[in-house]
Amino acid sequence: MRKESSRMDLQDLYQQTLLDHGKRPRNFGPLPEATHRAEGYNPMCGDEVRLALLVEGDVVREARFEGCGCAISQASASMMTQAVKGQTVVHARELFDRFHAVVVRGEDEASDDDLGPLDCLTGVRQYPNRIKCATLAWHALKDALEGERA
Amino acid sequence: MSKLRSQIDVRLEFPALAQEVSGRPLAYLDSAASTQKPNAVLAAMERFYREDNANVHRGVHTLSQRATDAFEAARRTVARFVNAQSEREVVFTKGCTEAINLVAASWGGANLGPGDRVLVSHMEHHADIVPWQLIAQRTGATVEPFPITDSGEVDLASLEAMLAAGRVKLVGVKHVCNALGTVNPVAEIARLAHAHGALVLADGAQALAHVPVDVQALGVDFYAMSAHKVYGPMGVGALYGRAELLEAMPPYQGGGDMIRTVSFEGTTFNDPPNRFEPGTPNVAGAIGFGAALDWVRAVGLGAIAAHESALTAYSSSRLAEVPGLRVVGTAPERIGVFSFVMDAAHPHDVGTVLDRHGVAVRTGHHCCMPLMRRLGVPATTRISLAAYSNEADVDAAVEALHGVRALFT
Ligand SMILES: Cc1ncc(COP(=O)(O)O)c(C=O)c1O
Repeated sequence: MRKESSRMDLQDLYQQTLLDHGKRPRNFGPLPEATHRAEGYNPMCGDEVRLALLVEGDVVREARFEGCGCAISQASASMMTQAVKGQTVVHARELFDRFHAVVVRGEDEASDDDLGPLDCLTGVRQYPNRIKCATLAWHALKDALEGERA
Repeated sequence: MSKLRSQIDVRLEFPALAQEVSGRPLAYLDSAASTQKPNAVLAAMERFYREDNANVHRGVHTLSQRATDAFEAARRTVARFVNAQSEREVVFTKGCTEAINLVAASWGGANLGPGDRVLVSHMEHHADIVPWQLIAQRTGATVEPFPITDSGEVDLASLEAMLAAGRVKLVGVKHVCNALGTVNPVAEIARLAHAHGALVLADGAQALAHVPVDVQALGVDFYAMSAHKVYGPMGVGALYGRAELLEAMPPYQGGGDMIRTVSFEGTTFNDPPNRFEPGTPNVAGAIGFGAALDWVRAVGLGAIAAHESALTAYSSSRLAEVPGLRVVGTAPERIGVFSFVMDAAHPHDVGTVLDRHGVAVRTGHHCCMPLMRRLGVPATTRISLAAYSNEADVDAAVEALHGVRALFT
């Protein structure tokens, strides 16, 4: 008889911070004056994130999102908008790369290079079929920054 | 099967059920996505590869003859199981999806033209929508949904009105809905369609394992099946088509076995069903399909249905105990399928938590995006029962659902 052990604890995935952002997403709502927009959609589960950025010069002044989906996709979007707001475009791109490296490629977080408050999203690494939920908003960020000005 | 003892025996015939997931006994409640396979099916397929393996319809040697005999015996088993008039009305495909694509491409390609209409129910699976959209693009026909009610039943009066408006060539409908469990009144739909000169294709993917299927009594022109939803292997299924329809239909794909003679001046095609089975078929799969239907027959579809019906009632009352849980789709005629949403959490999160409790369910849109939109839910969590399911599975799910509430509220 095959036994799949329960190494992974649900609490590692659904940490308090994540649950909080999932329930009360920050920066949720429209941003009519946005300069950059992108949508993320996961056809497998229907998760949806519509991201709007206001970029002035090389700084992301404002970041807001709308959408619906699981706790992880919405919390990730919420935390991502907090993380990039007020940062330079270059820094926002770096943040995407770091997030991607840690969550998707599973690279270890060097202590001088940690994700700060985003750390609580790394629990998805133990749940391969949920990684896309965590990265959805981040791909929208990348697309928005790469796209033409809205 | 109605006695507890024999249900325990049935469960023991499914080796994959005897395992732990996340440190708990597996509660497999995702049978609508794919059923587990009993030993009888696994043994039949293994025996074919170990003892009889050879290509079919091609050799004069003993093994090829045995393989051909077993393959054709499986065809007769499928034909008998759905009460086709002849096994020549049964085409092996790689599943329900291919069966519908075959009809859309072959029959649709030959019979649809600009202005013709194909009606499919609003609850159809993508497999019964997209093939029609593809052929409609090529022929100028249109694909229109016919309405369903809030409880998840087809709206026969609206269907009749749409038929009466004219030019409907075919009506497509699921016999049993994978997302809601509704058993659709296929015989009635066929009667209406035929009265207006339209053909009927029933998608039987979810029906074979749970309700009696008699294609003649249902009056359908085409019936699509997948083996893996009825205790058989994946990647094999069948199309039932009325003999005179199949005979008039052009080939779907070209290759070996589907021809009579080939020359560069012109090729003549084989008769059905071989005309629609080009290339080496999934022989072991077909044999497994036949063994699965034999297994259902031996256990007794009536006994299975009685067991599932009792467990459906039990599940219904147990799920009602979970605060903030709403079952979507409440048709009176239904099988053991529960689609639900919870106030506390999104279906995707529910699915992950349940998996951590050893409970396997499906979450998402169940390949029915138009249906989800129609019912106003982005996605659902789905519990689906089969012959081997028991109260302990349901209890494990309900306990885990309470865990979901504890985690998210
Ligand atoms: C109602 C219905 N139709 C069609 C299909 C497609 O079956 P398959 O993927 O085996 O071709 C399914 C299974 O997902 C189904 O539930």
